[in-house]
Amino acid sequence: MSNTAGSDLLKTFKLKTKQQELLIRVSILCLVYILAFITRLFSVLRYESMIHEFDPYFNYRTTLYLTQNGFYDFWNWFDSESWYPLGRIIGGTLYPGLMVTAALIYRLLHFLRFAVHIREVCVLTAPFFASNTTLVAYFFGKEIWDSGAGLVAAILIAVCPGYISRSVAGSYDNEGVAIFALLFTFYLFVKAVNTGSLAWGLASAFGYFYMVSAWGGYVFIINLIPLYVLVLLITGRYSMRLYVAYNCMYVLGMLLAMQIRFVGFQHVQSGEHMAAMGVFFLMQVFYFLDWVKHMLSDTKLFQAFLRITVTCAVAVGGVALGVGTVSGYISPWTGRFYSLLDPTYAKDHIPIIASVSEHQPTAWSSFMFDFHILLFLFPAGVYFCFKRLSDATMFIVMYGLTSLYFAGVMVRLILVATPAVCLISAIAVSATVKNLTVLLRSKNKVVQTGSTKGTSSAKASSKASLDQSQPFQKNGAMALLFGAFYLLSKYATHCTWVTSEAYSSPSIVLAARGAHGNRVIFDDYREAYFWLRQNTPPDAKVMSWWDYGYQITAMGNRTVIVDNNTWNNTHIATVGRAMSSYEDEAYEIMRSLDVDYVLVVFGGVTGYSSDDINKFLWMVRIGGGVFPVIKEPDYLVNGEYRVDKGAAPKMLNCLMYKLCYYRFGELVTEYGKPPGYDRARGVEIGNKDIKLEHLEEAFTTSNWIVRIYKVKPPNNRW
Amino acid sequence: MEISRFCALLFTISILASPALSDLVLSKVDRRIYLTSHIVRISSTLKVENAGPETVSEVLLAFPELQVKNMAYLMATPHEGKGRVKNSVVALPVEVTNPKDMPPALTFYSVSLPNSLAEGDSFIFDVLAVFTHALRPIPEQITQADIQLVVYQESAYYLSPYAVKVQSLSVKLPDSRIESYTKLENTKIHGSEIKYGPYENLPEFSYSPIVVHFESNQPFAVAQELVREMEISHWGNVQVTEHYKLIHGGAQSKGEFSRLDFQARPNVRGASAFRYLVANLPPRAHSVYYRDEIGNISTSHLWGDTKKTELLIEPRYPMFGGWRTAFTIGYGVPLKDFLYESEGKRFLNITFSSPIVELVIDTLIVKVVLPEGSSEISLAAPFTVKQWQETKIFHLDIDGRPVVALEKSNVVPEHNQYFQVYYKFNKLSMLREPLMLVSGFFFLFVACIVYMHADISISKSSASYLAKQQWEEVQAAIQQVQNIIGRCLTTHDKLEASLRDLSRTGDVQACKAARKAADGLLKELSKELKPLLTFLQSSPSAAQVLPKVEELVAKERELQEKVMVKHTTVVDGYEKKSGARDIENRVALQQQKLVALRQEVDDLLEFIDEI
Repeated sequence: MSNTAGSDLLKTFKLKTKQQELLIRVSILCLVYILAFITRLFSVLRYESMIHEFDPYFNYRTTLYLTQNGFYDFWNWFDSESWYPLGRIIGGTLYPGLMVTAALIYRLLHFLRFAVHIREVCVLTAPFFASNTTLVAYFFGKEIWDSGAGLVAAILIAVCPGYISRSVAGSYDNEGVAIFALLFTFYLFVKAVNTGSLAWGLASAFGYFYMVSAWGGYVFIINLIPLYVLVLLITGRYSMRLYVAYNCMYVLGMLLAMQIRFVGFQHVQSGEHMAAMGVFFLMQVFYFLDWVKHMLSDTKLFQAFLRITVTCAVAVGGVALGVGTVSGYISPWTGRFYSLLDPTYAKDHIPIIASVSEHQPTAWSSFMFDFHILLFLFPAGVYFCFKRLSDATMFIVMYGLTSLYFAGVMVRLILVATPAVCLISAIAVSATVKNLTVLLRSKNKVVQTGSTKGTSSAKASSKASLDQSQPFQKNGAMALLFGAFYLLSKYATHCTWVTSEAYSSPSIVLAARGAHGNRVIFDDYREAYFWLRQNTPPDAKVMSWWDYGYQITAMGNRTVIVDNNTWNNTHIATVGRAMSSYEDEAYEIMRSLDVDYVLVVFGGVTGYSSDDINKFLWMVRIGGGVFPVIKEPDYLVNGEYRVDKGAAPKMLNCLMYKLCYYRFGELVTEYGKPPGYDRARGVEIGNKDIKLEHLEEAFTTSNWIVRIYKVKPPNNRW
Repeated sequence: MEISRFCALLFTISILASPALSDLVLSKVDRRIYLTSHIVRISSTLKVENAGPETVSEVLLAFPELQVKNMAYLMATPHEGKGRVKNSVVALPVEVTNPKDMPPALTFYSVSLPNSLAEGDSFIFDVLAVFTHALRPIPEQITQADIQLVVYQESAYYLSPYAVKVQSLSVKLPDSRIESYTKLENTKIHGSEIKYGPYENLPEFSYSPIVVHFESNQPFAVAQELVREMEISHWGNVQVTEHYKLIHGGAQSKGEFSRLDFQARPNVRGASAFRYLVANLPPRAHSVYYRDEIGNISTSHLWGDTKKTELLIEPRYPMFGGWRTAFTIGYGVPLKDFLYESEGKRFLNITFSSPIVELVIDTLIVKVVLPEGSSEISLAAPFTVKQWQETKIFHLDIDGRPVVALEKSNVVPEHNQYFQVYYKFNKLSMLREPLMLVSGFFFLFVACIVYMHADISISKSSASYLAKQQWEEVQAAIQQVQNIIGRCLTTHDKLEASLRDLSRTGDVQACKAARKAADGLLKELSKELKPLLTFLQSSPSAAQVLPKVEELVAKERELQEKVMVKHTTVVDGYEKKSGARDIENRVALQQQKLVALRQEVDDLLEFIDEI
């Protein structure tokens, strides 16, 4: 008796298939969540818990300010430490989403009595949001296909290198939270379109607001969604659901976005946002026509009315746009926007954008590097989407295709394409695997009931006949499944390798392999910045190329002339001009800018190639773009850029050359090479006898990577 | 300038000084001045003799104001001679006094002798005085290539309110390279040591200024501020964190800093700079780190054995005169090495000052963070310190941990003595934080459960809400249907089993009994099924599933009939004693149908399950 009771008890605890599935799904999601977080910790393990690269230092500095001084001070902060003597209004020129998020997490942790340092919060913000992105990817996948596709999407996006490159621990940049916000907004919008619910529309408006507060890439959303709506309208998929979703999202999203000072009234004033407004009015026209059609029973009359209304609407819209543009109310498209549509635009018109390596067009290899098998799965996924076309799959296809185009235009936009590629590939994987397993499972059943073939139902018999027609179907399915798992496991290993080898370097600390295989650390940047911080007067002004501006203010705590917020081209050009002039001319410029120290980055001793000599032509170009005195050909010999004996005389005597190579001619860098052998460029330098008149060497780091010079005060008159 | 003022001062002292204070006489004074590092140590051995009739128990030591300003440490111990174990030495109490009729430019310290001296008695004791910032760099600014020269001033004669019979002075320098020194009678020089004396029978307040100008390339490491924080965790660790603000206190560097020169010949072009510091950490120190505001500093080395742990730290850049740096070192040490218990109280017994060798600390703040819930806190320090209490909020604290803060200025390695913090702490308080975490997670899960089970919709009458509720009811009904079908199927299985028993044992009666029981059970089940089906038929939201459910029920009924037929056939066969083969042949066709039906029912069940 007790035995049966026990078995009954067991039965009640035994999970049903559905519950088992739920359990497995939830545990997979939890594991993916954790995986997405810990795979991004390679950088902390390899190096340390630190902020990476350039822009994150600014974000860190502002977050620090926010947590120390509160939101209102942050919002009204006028920063006199950058862009000397102009200064910068921080609150009005940045996207505050990231900083506010980090500060809120920090406050929450402190409220829960976890006394963590704000730096740790900043370092781990990006991995945390990457984990959240996997959850969003799951729900998105579930919305557009099924929960299986959602799970695969979550796994793919958790380790996809295209996303990891911008979200490793320490990469405290806008993109870290923005990709989450982007995907979340899209998910909410698709959900709103699918349900026609005002609540989801409202949620997507808030998602959009968060995205606007976090990253300039929100322009992608505000253009993709109208485009999507337009496509739906053209393909005759207009519905009340779409009307509710778009109007709610657009109107509320726009009003909310205006609260961000940096964005302000751009939604109604800038050319980049006009598409969304046009589609908004178009929707109203559609709705109106629908109503008229409903009221008018005569189709002929309606056709005539339709023609008139559409013509009028288009005409009014065109005239409004024209008047707005001509009168200057609507600002034309910015250069950045043009450079997205036309990859060659920046090279000709905006050297400052073209000079950044992550703004270059993408090479095939980096697509392969960042997407691996997803590149092949993507077309398959698009095929599946078209096969089962719905509002949601249309959205993901459009998102995938447009973002892939932008990814081709700029390397850094691979990031935007990554979620779409992952989702579409996930559909391919999930659909394929599902089909194969259905095949395998149904066959097993047929084998089980093999003796009853004759009398089994029509469905079973059709399967059986299918079985007879393709004798190796089972084996084929097995082989294909194994192939799929092999590919996926290759993807996982590739992603791990890429993450650990390529994307986990903080680029502040450089690591190399020594002669005996040991790890050599070049910590020169921080050595120099810390020297500046400790051993220069607190109000000293440091001139350097703009790349290092954020780092100098954040780590060196000193005022800089220009920094990575490249808002004033003339100011940058002035610095470029100073760097490319002769010393006495440069001295005049530096005196006029109150410069106390000049900082240059030099890789000739270590062979570090992204140094100022290699960036120098951009300084010449940017300087020459504003000051025609600087001419690029003066620094080239037959169109060739060189630093050895054959270099142009102006090159050999300009300030940058002098500062980089001062006393370098006496140093033997490599055994068996003459003194003054530049290891980064592999040549012996051309000017070994450099004398400085107005500057003196103040500090050079142990591997010569950063050199700091002090600008001497003018000579006494007597 | 200052030197001359110093001389003038001494001169006035000697003129103003009233004669004999008491009848004490210093019969022998040996002074050794160590200038080997930037901390000046004067070690003197004094032999006092009572020449007067009164017994004396105090001896006065005099120091000019200039020295007192820089004096960090003063200790007097009875002289033990050479070769004795130093541990047993008990310091003599020293106090500042202000005796009458004494020149105001001098500060006096009185040393209490262990036994009063009667007439003719004598006593020998050692005095160690340590001075900081007593070496003045001259020239004050040097270039990278220059060596650093410093000046030290003293009196060749021992400045004392008592007459001195015999005295000698030796000055130990770090190097034999001496720029200049004051030559008096009986001045000798031995390598890096200058000897003055012996001088005999000098009156009280005798003076004779000497100035030594010499090369000193020792690290002039001065911590302008050091904050040491020691945090006690009763889980077995004391975490020590030390924040340094360091400056090179020697001659200011001027002109350019050339890395090339420094790299090529660091000992010549950069002789005055120091590149590293050594810290002697306690043994078994672990998790050592060395970082600053902008991150980890990778240039450090750590060696450890059972006696000590040696940490060599290199600042980010070589420290030239006047250059500053700031860094933090931290390490954990086992609690049992430093925490003891006495009289129901616990006490932490730990060193006061920095573990860095030969470091002068201008302001030292020591904070001992006790575990939350500590009470009756008291302090025992070997010297006077400024003391206050604060609280620190750290991980999982509710009202913060009590902190005992101590401040002392002008600290030298001699201050690195043990001090004690007594407090009371209940071991149960240790469980507070884990319990908080556990309860936090517990409430989180409870909240999840409540959320899953509670009905939190706002409008109870909205259409969607009602539809949802109806759907839930339908689901429950379907669940029940599934259960009943499942039980039917198990009954079928039992019947089959009874048939197998029959073929094995041939017990027809038992088989019939089983059949009877099954019949009864199935009837009951079909009765139970009826209301459920009528409910499903009436419910609008079940319309979608209904056909499948009905199909399921029908199929099951068919299956049931088939099973019965088969059972009857087999039992009849046995009753008629037909051959087993015969029965099997008769049943074969039925069997096939049964299997197919069973398959269909299973499929249907699975399908319904997935809805």
